[in-house]
Amino acid sequence: MSKLHLYLLAGLLVLAGGAATAYKVLVLGFPLTPDQRSEIWRVELQLSYDPDGGPAKVLLGVPSATGQVSVMDQGYAARGYGVTTERTPNNERAIFSIADAQGRQYLYYRVVVDLSKPAAAQPEPPPTSRAPNFGPDELLAAHTLVDEARGKAADPRTMAEVLLNRLNLARPGDEASFLLGRDPMRVQARVPVVAVNLLLLAGVPARVVNGVLLKPERRNARFVRWIEIYDGQHWLSIYPTDALKADSRYLLPWWRGPALVAHVHGGTNLTTDVTVSRSLEFSTRVAVARQRALEHRLIEFSLFGLPLQSQLLFRTLLAVPLGAFVLVVLRNVVGFKTFGTFMPVLIALAFRQTGLTAGIVFFSIVLAFGLVVRFYFEHLKLLLVPRLASILIVVVMLIAALSVVSHRLGVDVGLSLGLFPIVILTMTIERMTIAWEERGPKEALQQAGGSLAVAAVCYLLIQHALVRHLLFVFPELLLIVLAATLLLGRYTGYRLVELRRFRVLAK
Amino acid sequence: MNGLFALASALRERGVLGLNARNGEFMLPWNPRRFYPLVDDKVLTKTLAREHGVSVPEVYAIIEIPRQIRELKAQVAKHEEFVVKPARGSGGEGIIVITGRTHDGYRKIDGSSIDDHELAFHISNILAGIYSLGGTPDKALVEYRVNFDPVFDAVTYKGVPDVRVIVFLGVPVMAMVRLPTRKSGGRANLHQGALGTGVDMATGKTLTAVLGTRIISEHPDTGVPVSGIEIPHWQTMLEIATRSYELTGLGYQGVDIVLDRELGPMVLELNARPGLAIQMANRAGLRTRLEAVLRDRAGLPGPAERIAYARERFAARLS
Repeated sequence: MSKLHLYLLAGLLVLAGGAATAYKVLVLGFPLTPDQRSEIWRVELQLSYDPDGGPAKVLLGVPSATGQVSVMDQGYAARGYGVTTERTPNNERAIFSIADAQGRQYLYYRVVVDLSKPAAAQPEPPPTSRAPNFGPDELLAAHTLVDEARGKAADPRTMAEVLLNRLNLARPGDEASFLLGRDPMRVQARVPVVAVNLLLLAGVPARVVNGVLLKPERRNARFVRWIEIYDGQHWLSIYPTDALKADSRYLLPWWRGPALVAHVHGGTNLTTDVTVSRSLEFSTRVAVARQRALEHRLIEFSLFGLPLQSQLLFRTLLAVPLGAFVLVVLRNVVGFKTFGTFMPVLIALAFRQTGLTAGIVFFSIVLAFGLVVRFYFEHLKLLLVPRLASILIVVVMLIAALSVVSHRLGVDVGLSLGLFPIVILTMTIERMTIAWEERGPKEALQQAGGSLAVAAVCYLLIQHALVRHLLFVFPELLLIVLAATLLLGRYTGYRLVELRRFRVLAK
Repeated sequence: MNGLFALASALRERGVLGLNARNGEFMLPWNPRRFYPLVDDKVLTKTLAREHGVSVPEVYAIIEIPRQIRELKAQVAKHEEFVVKPARGSGGEGIIVITGRTHDGYRKIDGSSIDDHELAFHISNILAGIYSLGGTPDKALVEYRVNFDPVFDAVTYKGVPDVRVIVFLGVPVMAMVRLPTRKSGGRANLHQGALGTGVDMATGKTLTAVLGTRIISEHPDTGVPVSGIEIPHWQTMLEIATRSYELTGLGYQGVDIVLDRELGPMVLELNARPGLAIQMANRAGLRTRLEAVLRDRAGLPGPAERIAYARERFAARLS
């Protein structure tokens, strides 16, 4: 009776999920696969500040005038503000103004760009020459660097590369580091600015470009800087680092010059937050008019209506149930042993910050060190809660140390380790110690290995592009996942590992 | 792949019970969750057992708050031997067996000594929940030390042998003797390396044994054959086992019984989630027997009938 009930429920869920998905595919024309050729990206900028009270004006650089990518659409959301735009030779700015601003103010700017259609390269007029911006005491150092570079460079392009290289290799006390200034936090950002001034000094027209790296999709994207030089006909981009050069296809030039992206008059504490994501606007198969209509429905019927920040969050969130389903299969059908029920899924989520290999390596290192410390604590006979708290403190220190070490070694992924869930690590260490003591090292290592293996499988699944796409565009598919999970709830057959365990009984 | 399916169907044919089936078909339907505390907390189990006239080791003291630790010395003054254990412990963790006095404290079973201070610290750890399921605060139990019947001495390596009986709806369906080994460190849990020997339900005689996933016939440390030992008071043990159903209301449970030299069989603890290795010790599947009970239980009104049924139906097959 209750089994029939379950089958009916599962069937109903599958039917509902399947029908909704089929409707969206067949009638509304939602795509079943992520269109990898789509190079349409959305960038959202959130700007906020504290007004002084009274009139306020915000000047925001916008990327429509950079001329290298085609801007498909842009828009503003600023309640109570008047918006005008202003063009300067190099930049375009949006000016938000309000007569009376009270309380923290939030302004939004959104732009959609198509990277697959670079704007046609037209000969550009030579720029008006500018004087380099060096103080009298800096001029000597600047001349030294330029003379040095002239000896090695064949043309303006190599000149720029030689100078950037020289600045990147600045050592304390030399001319380059004198020009870059003392603040170590700002050196990275100063390199393109100083390079441009040096090029101007050498008689090469040059300018600083600020832009956003569109790949990978992320929240809190940061602006990066590179330089452009004029070769007599066109502006050429030159990148200060190899990493940036490798990704240059995905750079969206935003504004030119060393200024900040936004300024506020009549307010303080200006912050900006940029979110980038690949737009799921679809292939050319869909006629333009249809696409317009579709976009309306998209917003009505799906998660596309949410702000970009939440969309990115949901793309991951919606994949988590599938991870849970895989966990059920691996535990109840295969028979993996794991620490805790959902620990592996949580570890898989943590891997998103670090990537799989680095994640497993860091996890194992923290776990191993943590275990050693925990075994030492065992001798101290600590009570439960203080003991857990002590492990937590050790874990935090371990993570901090690992971040520093890996950064020193040049492995940048270590920096994202700060977000590794310390509580999960703490509980894993505690549970592993108990398993080690009660059930022996073999069992403990089996459980740790099982947890990591399950986490890795979950991670690969929730990071899979097709999976993320399907679950985001068709959240109804979760009904089917739920149905499958419910059915597994009544799976009373053998686990795979039990076949091995009980094999003597089969004879 | 084919081999796996063949293996699975062979196991199904032998009526071997898997974890999923144990949980889904027997524990979930027959073990109401509200009864679990009765077996998870040994203080409750003991109280219930005494009310139903089931013999359990006598309790000398129950320590619930740290202040009571000071009174312990007076409470055990007239007992040379006693055992301290957590009420909600599992896997034999946190148990201290005291076998005598030294000039400044107590003598433990392994010969080392422990002073009042160390014992008090151990008990405060128990209260804090170090050994309890889920780390919740716990009580400490001070009780009679069982004076083991020598019947299993030759096949026990330092420790506490006990008899585990699986009881389904009041019918004892399968039993095994759990024998500590050097590897299990004196504990009787199979996953810690203890040996489990099957028991012929009809006669109470031991059969072959399982160690890990291997079937063996001699104790690995003593080399003595484990089969053919007749368990004394077998009928009484079956009576205790069958009564534990009325005691807790749990349809599917494991009853751990120890054998005292003078006091006979006593319930040490009840287990709502007994393991499945008992099937290998008996070289028989549980599912066949459980299903037989489900089929025939209408004709088994009382304990006497249930025991007779078990002795007749679940006798060891000659093989």
